[in-house]
Amino acid sequence: MTAVLQARGLGKRYGRHWALSDCTLDIPAGHVVGLVGPNGAGKTTLLNLASGHLTPTTGEITVLGGRPGTDPNQLRKVGFVAQDTPTYAGFTVAEHLRLGARLNPGWDDATARDRIARLGLDPGQRAGTLSGGQRAQLALTIGIAKRPELLILDEPVAALDPLARREFMQGLLEAAVEHELSVVLSSHLVSDLERACDYLVVLVDSRVQVAGEVEELLATHHRLAGPRRDPDQLPRDQRVVSASHTDRQSTFIVRTDSAIHDPVWTVSQLSLEDLVLTYLDSSTRVAPRPVLEVQR
Amino acid sequence: MIEFHLDERSGLSPYLQLVRQVRQAMRLGLLREGDQLPTVKDVVARLAINPNTVLKAYRELEHEGLVAARPGVGTFVSATLTDGSLAAHGPLRQELRRWLAKARRAGLDEESIEALFLTTFRTSAGEEIA
Amino acid sequence: MIWLTWRQFRIPAITLFALVVAFAVLLAMTGPGIAAEYADGIAACAQQGTDCGPFVNNFLNDYQTASLGVSAVALVMPALIGLFWGAPLVSRELEVGTHRLVWNQSITRTRWLVVKMTITGLAAVVVGAVGAVAVTWWASTIDNVPDNEFNRLASWVFDGRGVVPIGYSAFAFALGVTVGMLLRRALPAMAVTLAVFVVVQFAMPLLVRPYLLPPTDATVEITESTVDTFGHNMQNGRSTVLVEGQAPEEGAWLLSARTVDSSGNPVEAITLPESSTACTPGQSATPEPGAGMKTCLAELTRLGYRHELTYHPASRFWPFQWIETGIYLALSLALAGFCFWWLRHRLA
Repeated sequence: MTAVLQARGLGKRYGRHWALSDCTLDIPAGHVVGLVGPNGAGKTTLLNLASGHLTPTTGEITVLGGRPGTDPNQLRKVGFVAQDTPTYAGFTVAEHLRLGARLNPGWDDATARDRIARLGLDPGQRAGTLSGGQRAQLALTIGIAKRPELLILDEPVAALDPLARREFMQGLLEAAVEHELSVVLSSHLVSDLERACDYLVVLVDSRVQVAGEVEELLATHHRLAGPRRDPDQLPRDQRVVSASHTDRQSTFIVRTDSAIHDPVWTVSQLSLEDLVLTYLDSSTRVAPRPVLEVQR
Repeated sequence: MIEFHLDERSGLSPYLQLVRQVRQAMRLGLLREGDQLPTVKDVVARLAINPNTVLKAYRELEHEGLVAARPGVGTFVSATLTDGSLAAHGPLRQELRRWLAKARRAGLDEESIEALFLTTFRTSAGEEIA
Repeated sequence: MIWLTWRQFRIPAITLFALVVAFAVLLAMTGPGIAAEYADGIAACAQQGTDCGPFVNNFLNDYQTASLGVSAVALVMPALIGLFWGAPLVSRELEVGTHRLVWNQSITRTRWLVVKMTITGLAAVVVGAVGAVAVTWWASTIDNVPDNEFNRLASWVFDGRGVVPIGYSAFAFALGVTVGMLLRRALPAMAVTLAVFVVVQFAMPLLVRPYLLPPTDATVEITESTVDTFGHNMQNGRSTVLVEGQAPEEGAWLLSARTVDSSGNPVEAITLPESSTACTPGQSATPEPGAGMKTCLAELTRLGYRHELTYHPASRFWPFQWIETGIYLALSLALAGFCFWWLRHRLA
């Protein structure tokens, strides 16, 4: 399988501010990838780099083996639903489909029309009068009917109410199955992505904190609670992600491939949300020990 | 055909919940041999979950020999879990009801009944394994 | 992409085209009447053998305002193009974020802008051309009236005739697109486009156009026919005379007119020597009106005073038209080139 997205030392700077720095990623195809992080962490920057809207300041990025956004062929392979799902307010729903048909050689008109009909959208209605959820669905329809290999979505559900969120995700995932799409979508809420994603990238302060298959992440992260200890005393194959201490007790979140045998620890599993929060919380986060990275 | 649902608070991963729901339905006779399971697309569209989660659940069921995938058609139930035990459900339920009534008369509230049942269930399950 | 451009552009396009067509129809309906009136008037006075001057004066009185009004419309049209076609073209997309929808279809940004700018830009040129042809044709009678102080090289008139409106339209459009791309918001872009365009349109005839071709210099005698205005003043018993020359040929564009003395030094006002009384009123008791001025001017000539004139002859109308149109088209292309550069390097 080829990688849908590969980044090496990718960075983007605006003036003096680095919106994304030293980002190295290798996301395999066939996944629904969740990109999580707080607002301003660099999610939009990364996605805009992947779609070719931005050009990197440092490093390089390839999407489906090609440089993003450079030629029509690359544009054809990658769909992008931008934040706030922009549409032409004065255009009708049908005109948006026509736009898609005119600008995309691989346009799948049957799929587009079918989706619009199933959503109960009136083709004659102007996009400006649609609800947020309907507009998002319209943008998604254009993204799907373009028939890309990879569909990128930037905070697609952030502005939607819970029902619209649900319906949007249903439509997105259904299309992912039907057209064998790889999907990358961002959110600042883990709960939006928990069920939908099987690959997770956590981005904080313009840096990638952790990336990997959800199942593997859940299987390799453990919470250890026990008598107070220094993180350095833990076995070297246990990478300490976070540590918090009281007078007598220490709680560690560690990442390790091997089983934890030390009987002093009460070991428990983390939910995906806890796992992500661990990486988001800078107060307890422990900087990675560089030597340990080698063994993985 | 059955319909899946997910419980966020169950603590079980979505994939395990799907596997259990199929087994449950087979035990209760809701799914019989030859019945088709919902397609991956249908499950994904209904629950808004990751397609690989459904595929994994179906693979697990296939591995257990409970279902068989027919390429291009769908996934079908290929075994039966009810055996003769379904017939015994009625009488057992009757007995359980009588036991519950007895427990209430003895002054146990809902929580105590549940705790008593679960501890007993676990101990006896543990003994059997041992 | 052509469909999309048209779909987005159709309302402003139809609106402005309708205005231009309505304007052209209005001119087409009134033009022949004006031409006929002038021809009839000239024919009548020629037949009667009388001076045509009063008729021409009346004619100019009647139509000069209308003519200047039509010229004003011709000047405003390019501004409207810049304002309503140019400025919103890209800025509106950037403002509401729809560029992020269209850039994600299978079409490169460069092609997107090429199609948008070509179609709208060509429409701008067509509107400019239609307006220019209509105005030039309509005003041809008035423009060719002899002694019309608003001749074809006069700022307001020149700008609305010939081919320059095409250059103005293209430039205003390209300017609007560029400003829109830089400001990324439609309303401010429209305001800035208008401001910059107005400044350029004022600067062009004042600061640039006179120097596009080397002006002609001429030194002419001070006579009744070469003097435009004449002033006289008595101070301490001495005459001070002020004369201003006029262009030595019909329809020329006078840039400067100075009076110089016998040694070639420019003088503001001519102070006659005490001995000379040629210009003192009441001294020459001739009954003929204007004879006093005649004597005075002759005296000035005798003393060696001359007009020194700098002007562009009327025959330069078309050279000026072509040069200026060329400049504006070149500016438009430069702005368009900048837009593409900006699109690739700064909007990314």
